[in-house]
Amino acid sequence: MYGFGVLKTLGIAFYHFVLTYVDDVKMGFGKRYTPEHLPERQGVEGRGIYTVRYPKERLPLPERSRNHPFLVYIEETGKLKCTACGICAQACPVQCIWIERAKDPETGKPLSYPAAFHIDQGLCIGCGMCAEFCPFDSIKMDIEYENASYTRPGFVGIEELKKPESYHARIHPTDYAREMEEKRLKEERKRKAAAAKAAKAKAAAAKKEAAKRPPDKTS
Amino acid sequence: MAETPQEAVQLKGIPQETFQALQERFSEAVQPARYEGVVVPAEKIVEVVRFLRDELGYIFLSNLTATDYLDVKGVEPHIDVVYHLFRMQGGYAALHVEIPRELEKAHLPSVTSLFPSAMLQEREVYDMFGVKFDGHPDLRRLLMWEGFDGYPLRKDWKEVYYEGETKPYRSRYPKGGHPIYAEELSPLKDNIRYPEGWSPQAWDYDEADRLLYERMLSAHRDPDKPLKTDEMIINFGPHHPSTHGVFRMAVRLDGETVRHLEPVFGYLHRNHEKIGERNTWIQNIPFTDRLDYINGMTNNWAYMVALEKLLGWEVPERAEYIRVIVGEFSRIVNHMLAAGFFSNELGLYFTGSLYALEEREHILDLFEALSGARMMFNYMRPGGVRYDLPEGWLEKAKALAYERIPRKVEQMAHFLLDNDVVKARTMGVGVLPPDVAIASGITGPVLRASGVAYDIRRAEPYSLYDQLDFDVAVRTHGDAYDRLAIRFDEIWQSLRILRQVLENIPEGPIVAKKPSHRLKVPAGETYGRIEAPKGELGFYLVSLGKFNPYRYHIRSTSLLNLTALSDMTRGLKVADIVTVLGSIDLTMGEVDR
Repeated sequence: MYGFGVLKTLGIAFYHFVLTYVDDVKMGFGKRYTPEHLPERQGVEGRGIYTVRYPKERLPLPERSRNHPFLVYIEETGKLKCTACGICAQACPVQCIWIERAKDPETGKPLSYPAAFHIDQGLCIGCGMCAEFCPFDSIKMDIEYENASYTRPGFVGIEELKKPESYHARIHPTDYAREMEEKRLKEERKRKAAAAKAAKAKAAAAKKEAAKRPPDKTS
Repeated sequence: MAETPQEAVQLKGIPQETFQALQERFSEAVQPARYEGVVVPAEKIVEVVRFLRDELGYIFLSNLTATDYLDVKGVEPHIDVVYHLFRMQGGYAALHVEIPRELEKAHLPSVTSLFPSAMLQEREVYDMFGVKFDGHPDLRRLLMWEGFDGYPLRKDWKEVYYEGETKPYRSRYPKGGHPIYAEELSPLKDNIRYPEGWSPQAWDYDEADRLLYERMLSAHRDPDKPLKTDEMIINFGPHHPSTHGVFRMAVRLDGETVRHLEPVFGYLHRNHEKIGERNTWIQNIPFTDRLDYINGMTNNWAYMVALEKLLGWEVPERAEYIRVIVGEFSRIVNHMLAAGFFSNELGLYFTGSLYALEEREHILDLFEALSGARMMFNYMRPGGVRYDLPEGWLEKAKALAYERIPRKVEQMAHFLLDNDVVKARTMGVGVLPPDVAIASGITGPVLRASGVAYDIRRAEPYSLYDQLDFDVAVRTHGDAYDRLAIRFDEIWQSLRILRQVLENIPEGPIVAKKPSHRLKVPAGETYGRIEAPKGELGFYLVSLGKFNPYRYHIRSTSLLNLTALSDMTRGLKVADIVTVLGSIDLTMGEVDR
């Protein structure tokens, strides 16, 4: 029957409208808008009102959420983890990373830290390639998203880019745990290798000793 | 044939029996090409294409593009026009036509008389390479404006902020201590060329549209019209709110009836393909996200399918499962949005689209937890995917796919499909007959709504689709209503696929081997395609064995689906144009590239 479909459609829209209040009544007025209820309201089971009142409420970000890159430095020494290998600058799809390698002022030999590190924040597309290919885990993606400014951000240098390792550990717990695990394994391997080397040296020395001894005996 | 290994290698890109049939018919004229397919002389191309279409069943001219070979070792400089023709099942035939680079000599016969799908693609090749197609009814520039100097995809053309042939640029490391903005490095004045005697001040902007309006006035004119009424040209867009971005339609109206329509685009053109040639293979992945920005995942996937074909890499099973999961979720997002925004275009302002956006947010939350971004995923890598599934992801995905989405989709389907107003506005509007659809290169839901059961997931299964149980959704009327309804049918099929993959996902590695940031790809060429939510999305890649693609072409779904827009709207009322356009479902980021 013509017109019935329109009523049905309006019914669906009305149903959506009513659901909001049903959930309100169920949970008690006002309670639904507390941060604790946010996941419920936004979750798979959520039925009624859906929006997040943004500056007052914020959705939790997943760990892999990414925005602009930052450089990790170690708090105790204040040194960057970056070794100026240049892989991030090569991997960057928009080529917004500029690195100058430090040089020994006397010999002119290149050193393993950057003298300058610039990122064009206006150009960066936040793809995360630099963090993905960095072999030293020294460039990471930030979760900070409120970057609006009145002026063009332009180039930012080491001072603006560097953030402590504890910050990285806080925002990327899983990634940091993996790094620590890798570091531990590496050290273990190193220790084992050192131990094996020492044992080998000891054995060689003993052998040498043993080789030396017979003439001693005969003499 | 194919007794020696060398011959077998040469016959990539064309089935053996097709090659034999071609050799029997055309004898020496058809020769195996360097990498894939066969080389056909320019004067024989129409004949060969007709033979393939009529006698061997190659009914889809899927992709038509060109490559400019300049400064390649062992190759005479020439422009290589390539055609990829498909049968309903089983492989493609790649035809190459080699023509000289000189502008006055660069021309070949047009195949538009056989395949209307070449209409836009030949215009694009003319626009980008300066190759003229004899016999094309409407050879104008497609993306650039009339009067633009140069042909952007030729190898000797340099863009405005030109820095070097290929990335990574030398200035970034190790001496990048004094960065400079691109515009300081190469100001417009140094690198922009105007045609001789042309000045921006004296330029009459009507000149840019002169050819368009000439075409508008002449096409499909009926000299025996009983009433000699005046016809009027109006421009619909480029900033019309219902055009999904900046898209313009020039419409010639007789009263309220559409006599002829020409789509005009290129307002979002950013020379994506040239950027792709400058980038390394890996650097292209984040750029593909920005093509059809609603379906970043499937764009990544299509590029990976083509790249893995070139590399010859296998993908681990778990990675394939993850790809299918995100691909099908992406299809649900796309179809819900298409249906939702279609209701916008009918004047059901924002109720339907907000129902769709609500579900999309849930799926985007999943994607964000997986890849780190909501739309620009940059998730897939050659040989696998970037990240493994995070903890608790599968449970969330299951809850969504089993409970919430079915519930909401059903509501939305009732909301739109049972609505009398929607029915009255869409039934019988913009009918696309199946033969026209096939010849026009239309793919995806739009083709299947016309009664052609052609789905690449079934016709040429990639990834896991040969092991999965699902049906190809088909509707038969080919009108706007069926194009709307088929999207809901496909969502149900996607949910069916999700049910299978979410339950059976195996443990294991997610990437075959970690790709280097400077990936070297063996020399060769390939055309890889997948069934993206909007239709066939293909990537044509040419590698010379270096770090960068030599040619990177996207067979864009939305662009090809626009080919028949003019035919579909002819004879309709002006209010129905938006209905037809909305039912095609296009993204301008992909059309303009």
